[in-house]
Amino acid sequence: MDLELSDEQKQLKEQVGRLLDEKATPDALRKLITSDAGIDRDLWTQVAELGLLGAAIPEEYGGVGLGAKDLCVIAEEMGRTVAPVPFFSSICLAAEALLLAGTEAQKAEWLPKIASGEVIATFAWNEGPGAADAASVTAKLAGGKLTGIKSPVPDAELADLAVVVVAGPKLALVNLKQSGVRLEPLTGFDQLRKHAKVFFADADAEAMDAADGHETLRRLYDRAAVFEAFEQTGAAESAMLMARDYTLGRYTFGRQLASYQAIKHRLADILVMVELARSNALYAAAALDADAADLPVAAATARLAATRAYEIAARENLQLHGGIGFTWEANCHFHYRRARLLALNLGSAEVWEGKLIDALSAENAPAAA
Amino acid sequence: MSDQDETFRAEAQAWLAEHAAKFREPVELTDEELVAASLAWQKEKAQAGYGWIPAPPEMGGRNGANRLATIFAEEEGRYYYPMFTGLGIGKGMAMPTIQKHGTPEQYERFGKPTFWGEAAWCQLFSEPSAGSDLAGLRTKAVRDGDNWIVNGQKVWSSWAHHADYAILLARTDPTVVKHAGITFFVLDMRTPGVEVRPIRQISGKSDFNETFLTDVVIPDANRIGAEGEGWACAMTVLTHERNGSSGSLRETDGGVRALIAKAAQSGRLDSAAVRAKLAQWWVEEQGLAHFGKRINAALARGESPPVAMVKLVAASKLQQMNAFHMDADEYDGLFLGDDKPEQEGVFYQYTWSAALRIAGGADEILRNQLAERALGMPSEPRMDKVPFNELPGVK
Repeated sequence: MDLELSDEQKQLKEQVGRLLDEKATPDALRKLITSDAGIDRDLWTQVAELGLLGAAIPEEYGGVGLGAKDLCVIAEEMGRTVAPVPFFSSICLAAEALLLAGTEAQKAEWLPKIASGEVIATFAWNEGPGAADAASVTAKLAGGKLTGIKSPVPDAELADLAVVVVAGPKLALVNLKQSGVRLEPLTGFDQLRKHAKVFFADADAEAMDAADGHETLRRLYDRAAVFEAFEQTGAAESAMLMARDYTLGRYTFGRQLASYQAIKHRLADILVMVELARSNALYAAAALDADAADLPVAAATARLAATRAYEIAARENLQLHGGIGFTWEANCHFHYRRARLLALNLGSAEVWEGKLIDALSAENAPAAA
Repeated sequence: MSDQDETFRAEAQAWLAEHAAKFREPVELTDEELVAASLAWQKEKAQAGYGWIPAPPEMGGRNGANRLATIFAEEEGRYYYPMFTGLGIGKGMAMPTIQKHGTPEQYERFGKPTFWGEAAWCQLFSEPSAGSDLAGLRTKAVRDGDNWIVNGQKVWSSWAHHADYAILLARTDPTVVKHAGITFFVLDMRTPGVEVRPIRQISGKSDFNETFLTDVVIPDANRIGAEGEGWACAMTVLTHERNGSSGSLRETDGGVRALIAKAAQSGRLDSAAVRAKLAQWWVEEQGLAHFGKRINAALARGESPPVAMVKLVAASKLQQMNAFHMDADEYDGLFLGDDKPEQEGVFYQYTWSAALRIAGGADEILRNQLAERALGMPSEPRMDKVPFNELPGVK
């Protein structure tokens, strides 16, 4: 397994990073939170023009046809800058779902538009409180009509198209711009990625081609967890460096704050978590590119490592800033909020711990028998 | 990987398949047997040019690139080959330091017996008042013509009772700041005045020793580097020690899979709290394994990856996992039993992990290092930038 980035991937990372550093500045994020827009349209256009949205979409569907690892590299930069674009919903969830379970006609119709950024797509599974669970989905697809309530759905107000999990489980493809679909915006903890409750009342919908719905959903979330592990790792590193830089610049009791062992050791522990997260994420990316048999274990490992690193880095970053960290003008809150969103959007640590231990103990079982 | 590397790997695999076949299964050896078997295996490898791949053939090598040594180590790691610490200290710590700081003559003189499996080594660094603060060492060496006369006491010297040579740090100038007055020597352990006494550890075993040095004579030809260059030599040794410890930790670690089986067997695997712990150890175990591969690639590129984190994570994990192994059986987990032959190993690992968290850089020292070197944070404020003999506690 190759755990390094290729020279091209390093260049890609740098190119994406430059664009996002310029556009997704803290001041731009602060403005967006209160503007209700939920997206920086200008940035979205540029991200699309650079070919980033279609990076992992095959050329026959209007993409660039790079590998999953290239998408990981982009996701890492998106996480580092808390970029205000629906990249994860449209590309890492919806486009991936189409690639996994779309009919030929669906892929041919929608993927080129998603790759160009003309269409924003999202993915809807959860139905209120509780972990996303394939067995208890109540939304129904019958006779080309979709009925049910999905919540929370990320970037729903921006999206033209949704892949919706329905009873079976099966997947349905729904145009959101139709009279059978009604949105109710949610007030979220992280308003930089807006969510909505979506009501489907006999909405026109098409069945997708998921023969084994359970397996399709598992694969989709394993893949998404790897992309998100990069997003989280990039973000965790960014929060760690923010804390480091702040403590280097501040003096207390006649010394640099960063010179206190209590501060150094806390940041050293965070560095360890970030490096473990990065190592696990790189392994999972290689497993993803190879579609390896151990992808479920690798994805769960990467997600758990990255979730922990980001949550702790985000909390301690605010803590080490002291009182100023609690202010709107300081930039700690972007990560503080985003870390929570990414810790739960694909399922909590407890959910993934369960998946991981189940998979590992299943491997153990034949040996014990 | 180049074709050349793959050719070498295939060649190494074929050689090991023939010569290492005897190490397919783990065997229990006494200390004496382990020493003899380790040295014999080293000799066998040297004869085939695998003794130290970067060295010339007369030193048991083949003038190969360092990355070929890594490839060979990966392939060799598939076998339960005998490897006692005294050989590892010689090959992995003493020789790179002598190569870097000593003369070509010294490298050849000490390298030949080491790579040919004819010499075991120990490390005489720490002292009763110089542990984490190694540069505070007090053992002194005084020049006497072409010789040095050494007096002092060393501690935690692993396998000193089986060693032919020691790498030794001694103070040669007490009138300068402490780091500047240290010199690095190779000591022949059979020199009169060297007395090794085993230390009984909490594990009941005696891997470590105290070594008393009384009017020990070391020829100046065994001084490595210049007078006062000892601290730089020590840093070279420690870098190799910390990097090397990642591999040995993985071997001693029973693994999270085994612990999951244990938890299942004791009916605890449905507990969310237990799953969370197991998952965290798994994340660390896998993360370290992948990080280890990244270290090698980064070192090959000339970067300085934060290797200090390997032992920091692995030692605590080992301690926690072996505690959990006992927890899984509740009260009964504290006792040996015919139905749980692994329990003795659990006890041993739980005590050994306490030593691992201290040896080769205590957790606290490693955190300082990570913060300072990897994150660029300030070094600790120091009160010891005065001549050694004016330090509180010394004068």
